[in-house]
Amino acid sequence: MAALEEEFTLSTVPLGAGPNGLLGVEQSDKTDQFLVTHGGRTVILYKVSDQKPLGSWSVKQGQIITCPAVCNFQTGEFIVVHDNKVLRIWNTEDVNLDKVFKATLSAEIYRIHSIQGTEPLVLFKEGAVRGLEALLAEPQQKIETVLSDDEVIKWTKVFMVFRHPVLIFITEKHGNHFAYIQTFSSRTLSKYTLFHGQEEKSVIQNFTASVDRKFISLMSLSSDGCVYETSIPIHPRDPDENQRVVRSLLLKTVVAGNARSGVALTVLDQDHVAVLGPPLPASKECLSIWNTKFQTLQTSRELPQGTSGQLWYFGENLFMLHGKFLTVIPYKCEVSSLAGALGKLKHSQDPGTHTVPHFVNWETSRGYGFGSQNSEQSKRILRRRKIEVNVPPPAFEQLLSTIKKDSEKDIEVELCKFLAVKRTPDFHTIVGDIVLELLGRHTTEPSFYPRNSLMQLIQTHVLSYSLCPGLMEAALEKTDVQMLQLCLQQFPDIPESITCACLKLFLSISDDSLQETEINMESVSDCSDPVQEKMDEQTEILQNGFNADEQNCDSCDRKLNQKPQDAAEETTSCPVVPKRAALLNAILHSAYSEMFLLPHLKDIPAQHVTIMDWICLLLDANFTVVVMIPEAKRLLLSLYKFVKSQICICSELNKIEVSFRELQKLNQEKNNRELYSIEVLELF
Amino acid sequence: MGEFKVHRVRFFNYVPSGIRCVAYNNQSNRLAVSRTDGTVEIYNLSANYFQEKFFPGHESRATEALCWAKGQRLFSGGLNGEIIEYDLQALNIKYAMDAFGGPIWSMAVSPCGSQLLVGCEDGSVKLFQITPDKIQFERNFDRQKRSAVHKMLVDRQYMGVSKRKCIIWGVAFLSDGTVISVDSAGKVQFWDSATGTLVKNHLIANADVQSIAVSDQEDSFVVGTAEGTVFHFQLVSVTSNSSEKQWVRTKPFQHHTHDVRAVAHSPTALISGGTDTHLVIRPLMEKVEVKNYDAALRKITFPHRRLISCSKKRHLLLFQFAHHLELWRLGSTVATGKNGDTLPLSKDADHLLHLKTKGPENIICSCISPCGSWIAYSTTSRFFLYRLNYEHDNISLQRVSKMPAFLRSALQILFSEDSTKLFVASNQGSLHIIRLLEGSFKHLHTFQPQSGTVESMCLLAISPDGNWLAASGTSAGVHVYNIKHLKLHCTVPAYNFPVTALAIAPNTNNLVIAHSDQQVFEYSIPDKQYTEWSRTIQKQGFHYLWLQRDTPITHISFHPKRPMHILLHDAYMFCIIDKSLPLPNDKTLLYNPLPPTNESDVIRRRTAHAFKISKIYKPLLFMDLLDERTLVAVERPLDDIIAQLPPPIKKKKFGT
Repeated sequence: MAALEEEFTLSTVPLGAGPNGLLGVEQSDKTDQFLVTHGGRTVILYKVSDQKPLGSWSVKQGQIITCPAVCNFQTGEFIVVHDNKVLRIWNTEDVNLDKVFKATLSAEIYRIHSIQGTEPLVLFKEGAVRGLEALLAEPQQKIETVLSDDEVIKWTKVFMVFRHPVLIFITEKHGNHFAYIQTFSSRTLSKYTLFHGQEEKSVIQNFTASVDRKFISLMSLSSDGCVYETSIPIHPRDPDENQRVVRSLLLKTVVAGNARSGVALTVLDQDHVAVLGPPLPASKECLSIWNTKFQTLQTSRELPQGTSGQLWYFGENLFMLHGKFLTVIPYKCEVSSLAGALGKLKHSQDPGTHTVPHFVNWETSRGYGFGSQNSEQSKRILRRRKIEVNVPPPAFEQLLSTIKKDSEKDIEVELCKFLAVKRTPDFHTIVGDIVLELLGRHTTEPSFYPRNSLMQLIQTHVLSYSLCPGLMEAALEKTDVQMLQLCLQQFPDIPESITCACLKLFLSISDDSLQETEINMESVSDCSDPVQEKMDEQTEILQNGFNADEQNCDSCDRKLNQKPQDAAEETTSCPVVPKRAALLNAILHSAYSEMFLLPHLKDIPAQHVTIMDWICLLLDANFTVVVMIPEAKRLLLSLYKFVKSQICICSELNKIEVSFRELQKLNQEKNNRELYSIEVLELF
Repeated sequence: MGEFKVHRVRFFNYVPSGIRCVAYNNQSNRLAVSRTDGTVEIYNLSANYFQEKFFPGHESRATEALCWAKGQRLFSGGLNGEIIEYDLQALNIKYAMDAFGGPIWSMAVSPCGSQLLVGCEDGSVKLFQITPDKIQFERNFDRQKRSAVHKMLVDRQYMGVSKRKCIIWGVAFLSDGTVISVDSAGKVQFWDSATGTLVKNHLIANADVQSIAVSDQEDSFVVGTAEGTVFHFQLVSVTSNSSEKQWVRTKPFQHHTHDVRAVAHSPTALISGGTDTHLVIRPLMEKVEVKNYDAALRKITFPHRRLISCSKKRHLLLFQFAHHLELWRLGSTVATGKNGDTLPLSKDADHLLHLKTKGPENIICSCISPCGSWIAYSTTSRFFLYRLNYEHDNISLQRVSKMPAFLRSALQILFSEDSTKLFVASNQGSLHIIRLLEGSFKHLHTFQPQSGTVESMCLLAISPDGNWLAASGTSAGVHVYNIKHLKLHCTVPAYNFPVTALAIAPNTNNLVIAHSDQQVFEYSIPDKQYTEWSRTIQKQGFHYLWLQRDTPITHISFHPKRPMHILLHDAYMFCIIDKSLPLPNDKTLLYNPLPPTNESDVIRRRTAHAFKISKIYKPLLFMDLLDERTLVAVERPLDDIIAQLPPPIKKKKFGT
């Protein structure tokens, strides 16, 4: 399940807004360090996990950087181009860019590509490609012109295919797009015309590509808001001929059709793409993760201060502009599994949670080192929360005594102080004790319900159901859906009976009271239009399936494809408001075992059965897709073969059994003596 | 030890009746088993599963339901529409009462044991109050449109199941309100009786599930299917320490080839019986505290009593069937051979007589006199005595008429060695002595039962000199009567386990008694005490393998020329005990079928012990010494029985 983690800002210095503000983000040879090239004159090397710059280099006044700085992975040096033709090469010890190695070339550079395993490749604006070493050996060599007049490069990327680099670049000429594939193993350049298909009117706004063994899968985001896919062979059959490739629809309307700016697309892995842009015409810009296989929206994050239409993805981090700041959103994608789809796989949504144990860790409690990296981690969390660290630590006992008698406000203050202190190895047990103390007072004094404190404690990410039994029961009693949602998201060990009780509560709570409560809408954020929360829009997003071949689709798919206006009449349409959907999502994502959940599910009142049916239908539809995807074919085929061989074995065994029986019969007949005989017996 | 010519007889065409019902009594640890011919047998599970009592069958009294009530009272219902109560002391039917509802298909006792319910063919359910000496009709429940073909284990009719063409063969009502049904579609279903809804469904067979029995704790039950499979279901916790429990099918057992018509659940074992005539007792390993031989599976096929008697003088065998007797003459040979040889017959065995009973009642017991001139047998209501005349190859049969009124029903019949006296154990506990004359008889004496007891004598033994008569019931000790003075001579002290066989040795007049726990005692009648040998073997103990045998000794005889020898057999072995040899201890090899080869006489003598065992003949129903060097062994191979049963449902071992 793909998930976005908590975002953080890299630079505290505001950048110029828009595409000119940021030229590019590139990896350096050290993990976690990235080169950020600002539009204009500056290159900064950041250590991302620390959110701090390691170095900054600027070109002279009057010079302008024209191409993002890259790292030469073979030498560890950095390379930047200014004024289109001038190459500068330096390393971290250098201070002044003016004094470092300089090479002036004979033609204008479009982009330098640098990836692991090969020397940097230089792409010229006229379409020629050179290796860096060859270029530096003879900087003033003549660079040939590949592209025709008026043909300009729009986008480019390089891949490693069988240990050789393959470079792709897309050009545009009079509204037509062409793809060039430059291979270095065979030194061929092949050209393809991108055929738009039926959607002639749309304008391609953004490209991304991934590589398979034999094909480059080129994805483009068009102005109609849809993502199209084009497969381009790496090794063409006839390299000289100009070939045409047709694109096909991959995802429908991932961004609003009329979005003019701030639209970007990048491939995350085999099945996931990240899309930047407003999901609905009126809505704010969003970062959304889509699963291309199931054509479902996995997760999304709102970027209310706007973005620039630039999106980079390296390792586990997505880089983009949010307002005027370069923002990093870590992205995690656990391997898709049925367990995950069923919600049986617990995924941690927040950074830091995976290293902090959910359960009591006896090892650490006995004093084995918690590890310096963990304390470092917690420090980082604290910094991110911007909590002052210099408050003197109040004793844990003092907090407990405060809990016993003081008002909720006082407790909150004391708790803040307590949480600000550096975490000890037994932090989670202490937090559990605090919660139990609060709950204890709640039971003796029903009016006392320190909601804020409890919420704050849950958000420490160290609690589990078993550490604070009774917390969810109290929340259920108070119909505190917000806290329940938080618990469901955080606790890995909720008993099925409680999960079911939450489900019952979520289903039975009235829409009006839901409206008043504050619910984390992250899981369904893009589905809800803050202005109008109409059901039909819901279904449009949630059922963003499409089928390229309408004739072949079965009824199940057709249902999912129904037009929004029909959806409201269908019983299969989403019968819940987004807030309730978010709550139900929390249930679906929680860890449970079917066997233990089923007995409790029986108690769901009849009026809620429609909703349950609808949820089941959604899950079923996903499984249908799982069975029908091409990848499943091999599994099904081998299953079929296995069953067939089993049948074979069984039938052979049956034959053997019959033969044995016949033998036995023969044997018996031999043994079966006359009905009467006289024999001699001697006893010893 | 000795070489014998053995007449190996396999023409006793005996087929046990299929088992119809089983009912387990927790209080006395006894099991009642009814068979399709109406016979009811009582097994004592505490006494090594010995079949200690039986009630002979009746053609018109097919038993369809059997249950215990009020502690140890046994009731049955059958196709003739009568409720029968059995007298477990006198071994007869106490009374039969018509329920007036047509054939009775099912029967159940209320949990407190004071009320009896029967389900009748006409669809009615009738409630009877159990009074101290009878039952009294109390009320009739609404009749249903369809006949009540399903069992009612509790006092409520359950109507939740109504799949067409699906017959519910059995239901169980648990105290928590769960109803378990088994049906002809192979399902075991759990229902909620409050709402009438199906809770759980187990499809366990492709054929009918015919029987169900629940343990007293209601944490386990057993079902039997027409495929011969028995399934065990247990109520187990869903997780190791949760209080939530669910029914889980835990173990399948395949000990039967045919329909399992009846199952029972004792605290420690699953009991099943069916068309293939075997009674199978499968101990539950987790419930057995001591993992000894009691934990082994028991399969009981043959009755624990003799069906065969023998005339030594004329080499005749009398076979007892349910409704007829067969008389056979053994063949002969002049050849000799060595161990294991089959000798050529100079004369084959002859079937001399087929004597059919009159009336619907099964034969209880029968006997042929040692001289071969008399045959006596008895049913529940009549005693028959025949005189046989042999003229060359022709025999003529003459019934002795005008039997006295007291000779109505016999549990055991015995002729004296010289065939001049007839001893009859009646079901009133009395023993009659009759002198046989040429073609007539004279009542000599009747030993009345000991005051206060009504227990019937099932086993009789007469000393070869005709002076002593030993008689034994099922529980009390063995009584020895002096025939000369017509008085009780002594009573052998009672032992915990029932007697399975009795015999008095010639000359010494030592009484040899075998018990169901495989102990053998030798009691000197003249001295009124156990013999020295008996004390020695009791002190040393029997070999553990001897004690682990699972069929009782059913016949004991003696060698006329070797007073130190005792011959005895059970269903799977024949043994000669030579009292002159040392007793085996647990380290000795008890059963050594191989003849000594080149070993010296010294080793042979050193390893020789008193028990000479042969396992060649099995299942062995009868074995006796005809003369010094001749034995007769009657076997009944199981395959011959299976061949006479209807074909079983064919089940593929490897499903395709």
